[in-house]
Amino acid sequence: MNAEARPTVRFASSNVGALAAMKGVFARDMKVAFRQRQDLLNPLLFFIMVVSLFPLGVSPEVSFLREAGAGILWVAALLSVLLSLDHLFRHDFDDGTLEQLVLQPQPLFLLVLAKTTAHWMLTGLPLVILTPVLGVMVHLDGNSIAVLCLTLLIGTPVLSLIGAIGAALTLGLRSAGVLLSLLIIPLYIPVLIFGTGTVAAAGDGAAVGAYLALMGAFLMLALTLAPFAAAAALKISLSNG
Amino acid sequence: MSEPLPLTPEPLLQAVNLQCERDKRILFRELSFSILPGTVTRVEGPNGSGKTTLLRILAGLNDAWTGELKWCGSPLADQREAFLRNMLYLGHRPGIKPLLTPMENLRALMAGRRPVSDAALCQALQGTGLAGYENVPCRNLSAGQQRRVALARLLIADEPLWLLDEVFTAIDVDGVAALEALLQQRAAEGGAVLVTTHHDLALPGMHRLVLGAGGIADER
Repeated sequence: MNAEARPTVRFASSNVGALAAMKGVFARDMKVAFRQRQDLLNPLLFFIMVVSLFPLGVSPEVSFLREAGAGILWVAALLSVLLSLDHLFRHDFDDGTLEQLVLQPQPLFLLVLAKTTAHWMLTGLPLVILTPVLGVMVHLDGNSIAVLCLTLLIGTPVLSLIGAIGAALTLGLRSAGVLLSLLIIPLYIPVLIFGTGTVAAAGDGAAVGAYLALMGAFLMLALTLAPFAAAAALKISLSNG
Repeated sequence: MSEPLPLTPEPLLQAVNLQCERDKRILFRELSFSILPGTVTRVEGPNGSGKTTLLRILAGLNDAWTGELKWCGSPLADQREAFLRNMLYLGHRPGIKPLLTPMENLRALMAGRRPVSDAALCQALQGTGLAGYENVPCRNLSAGQQRRVALARLLIADEPLWLLDEVFTAIDVDGVAALEALLQQRAAEGGAVLVTTHHDLALPGMHRLVLGAGGIADER
């Protein structure tokens, strides 16, 4: 404009730490979720319905339920997490907040981790809390219920973390549901096998320490790798969108 | 026409031989330009000429391009975080959560950038004409008001580079005038603004970057 008064650039000076940024992402997701309680209830209702339909549809026999109970609860939990995954990034993608998230001067994988943590707190954790009630309903004994809760407590974060990769990859697609399931379920199978295996071992009176340690290893693996993969997938999805 | 600067300051952002293909169609090729501090540049071109794509490429949201991008003289990819810290991008989609209030939205948007006091956020919202709407969920606001929530970020921005995609959409006459003044003031302060719009924007000293529809692009 006026060439004499050549303006000097003032670069942005301050920045916030990654932890504060993660807190911001987490707090916003929680707030949005609690303003839309119906979406929060959906996976929980699904979980309860599936578990309560088994005694009606297959057999109300105590022996059958005690045998299959842990498996039923695990499968129901897995499916209800799967059901909620599509929302993880979809709304943010549609309203543009995802773009702004990616453009924050922060490591994206940490922000993805914060989002995934919020997702787990809103879906996985309520399932774990409901499990004792449903466990009693399918005649599991106290010890099995405790172990089942523990496996779900370790296992559901893995489901959320792996799910985040699938949700990020299928973000650009109009109807992602089936593809998301196809991508994610194979990766869920080991978690399911070890989750139910642990409860079965506990029912037989065996020591479950080794099983739980293996599940913990799953969690650590997912915790360290999944956020990176999901962050990369988000960038690809945004680039195409 | 813009007056040439006698002493060229170092460009903030530089694009060299940028080429972008979309669906086997070349949007632009051999596109080279520099964004100097203290300038407002308007990206022009008909619909589908790649204005939005260009802005997304510059912001780093689109990877489907070849060429070179430089931030302050060195490759942008090497200093991604410094670039992000100093760049503000407003896209077609305003980045506003309909369920949250303007205050909560702004707070969330700034959370990863720098600490801003609530008073400053309040003031920014008032500055965009949203006084009294601070705590109303954004879904109850009109499209223009939602845009204004996003625009409030410009009032508290300390980033020198602004990439603004169709920011005048849904904004009323007064708002447009205020925004034009803001862009000009920003340039005078040493910021650089790159803006796409179909609105008839004519600021004194404004640069123009014209994207052609046939894939040939030139800078004027």
